[in-house]
Amino acid sequence: MLRSAFCRDDKDFSACSIFGMMNMRGEKFDGGPVITAIANMKERSNGLGGGFAAYGIYPQYADLYCFQLMYDDEGAKEETEEFLKGSFSVEGAEVIPTRPCEGVDDPPLLWRYFLQPRENLACEVADVDDFVVRAVMHINVRIDGAFVFSSGKNMGVFKGVGFPEDIGRFFRLEEYEGYIWVAHGRFPTNTQGWWGGAHPFNILDWSVVHNGEISSYGINRRYLEMFGYICTLHTDTEVIAYAVDLLVRRHGLSVEDMARVLAAPLWTEIDRMPERERELHVALRQTYGSLLLNGPFSVIISNRGQMIGLTDRIRLRPLVAGRNGDFMYISSEEAPMHLVDDTLRETWIPQGGAPIVAELEESTRKEEEEGAKVLSLRGPDSA
Amino acid sequence: MKIEVDHHSGLPGVFVRVDGKVRINARQLHYRELNNMIKGAAAEGAEEIVVDNVYGQRYIGSGIRRAVNITVHGVPGNDLGAFMDGPRITVDRNAQDGVGNTMNSGVIVVHGRAGDIVAMGMRGGRIFIREGVGYRAAIHMKEYRKFRPVLVIGGETQDFLGEYMAGGLVIVLGLGKKGKASFAARHIGTGMHGGLIFMRGMVEEHQLGKEAAAVQASDEDKELIRPFVEEYAGYFGGDPREIMRSGFLKLFAKSHRPFGGLYAY
Repeated sequence: MLRSAFCRDDKDFSACSIFGMMNMRGEKFDGGPVITAIANMKERSNGLGGGFAAYGIYPQYADLYCFQLMYDDEGAKEETEEFLKGSFSVEGAEVIPTRPCEGVDDPPLLWRYFLQPRENLACEVADVDDFVVRAVMHINVRIDGAFVFSSGKNMGVFKGVGFPEDIGRFFRLEEYEGYIWVAHGRFPTNTQGWWGGAHPFNILDWSVVHNGEISSYGINRRYLEMFGYICTLHTDTEVIAYAVDLLVRRHGLSVEDMARVLAAPLWTEIDRMPERERELHVALRQTYGSLLLNGPFSVIISNRGQMIGLTDRIRLRPLVAGRNGDFMYISSEEAPMHLVDDTLRETWIPQGGAPIVAELEESTRKEEEEGAKVLSLRGPDSA
Repeated sequence: MKIEVDHHSGLPGVFVRVDGKVRINARQLHYRELNNMIKGAAAEGAEEIVVDNVYGQRYIGSGIRRAVNITVHGVPGNDLGAFMDGPRITVDRNAQDGVGNTMNSGVIVVHGRAGDIVAMGMRGGRIFIREGVGYRAAIHMKEYRKFRPVLVIGGETQDFLGEYMAGGLVIVLGLGKKGKASFAARHIGTGMHGGLIFMRGMVEEHQLGKEAAAVQASDEDKELIRPFVEEYAGYFGGDPREIMRSGFLKLFAKSHRPFGGLYAY
């Protein structure tokens, strides 16, 4: 049912809105400001999708994977829980708290689980994170009416059909505290508005919000299938989440090299580069040509240590950045950054294809790693 | 930590009128409400409209066909002054995308930076940006007889300046650069088929689109831009004679019909 529950597919003129704010010292704040910011760009969305990602919100379960699921019905829930119990030790299971909210209709069943992979099973796979990715794929592909929309540690995605500020109130986001908040207001162009198709798209700690269209979706998707990522959510943005997981976590690329793959410079520019730089770009394009994102996009990609802004190489979608002390902002428009931070003065327009990276301070990372006994932020195989 | 967003500084929409001067608090107003108030005040003959607490409201100044001064305190939304015909808009902070979209006449002065597609399809009037602009400034700017739009950019420009430009005058001062510093923008004048772009500083051949050409501006050329450089200095300070002493490049279209053969044969 979820797969066919496509809502209100009317065409209004607009464009998606994206907004992200991060405290680079890891100090946490509630979901209020980011709701205010994304609501300020209401003209850019049409009520067919809104969503948020928040990092640092489950400190009491920081070393457990948190799966947030949407279910069609009790049957899908039972089948999924049966599967989860087989692969994980389930340390917590609860309904995701919501409140009735005008503009948010017919939500699916929303549940979250705090999970520890069963050691004997996880050992069979080379890496625990890979084991978790396989579990997510299994549920999304094999279990009818069940979708994992969030699967990271100490973070969560909250999304659905509605304007983002209504979705934020529906999920009671003012009750959570995180150090990175990312938001999206959707204006679907080529695919349906449905709960799973709202942004952010997530796998493990990665989440992606996107304004634009990925016209290379077909070739990107087929390439990712070779590595076990199956696209099930009917929206082009899904490939970006899996692509960054493959490139950065599994293949160990830097964020800069990831950007060189996703938004590769034009060949005329590569031809003018100094030799070593040219060799690097040529090698990346030869190896990962199938992950080049064609078409207009601006995205915010985040994980527990970073918030990254990126546009396509000729900047066919807007993105502005701002910094004020420990806070970094990335936004579709300038005004909402100033609305939530009236002392903000340093803002700029990034070059097309050049990533803007906000990073958690080293000392804060260490604290989180040691304090919560979590694995390294990027997962064990990127070392 | 708790981040407080001030939603309540003054009552939204409150309209104060003193001696032909109108003051509007735009806090929490939708752009339709705000623009109806501005248009209403202009229609009633106000000379001076000051709008406070602007955060992203679009289309300010659109649809007004008389000379009225509009001062914006805050960050106006996209398409500031779109289709505008006469007003003079002053912005005290940065502006967003699409400043002066298809504007017909009037003046826009931005005491900060502007976003992408400044002066898109602009047909007349003047725009002055104190600092830099984003991508695709002056895209498809055009001119017709006495209507000749002018865009003056004080700082840097990003890629695709003057894309598909069909007419008008763009002046990029590159202030803040020292001496003969070069610009970083790429694909300048891609698809250009009319108008002129003057840039103070260096541009390499590969930074130009293949439809644009560049030569050193002659003294006669520089006389064309002098009044607008003086006007820029009048708004933002600086010494126009000093600015004019530097070398300028003049960019122009190699052909007025670069795509003439594309569909015809």
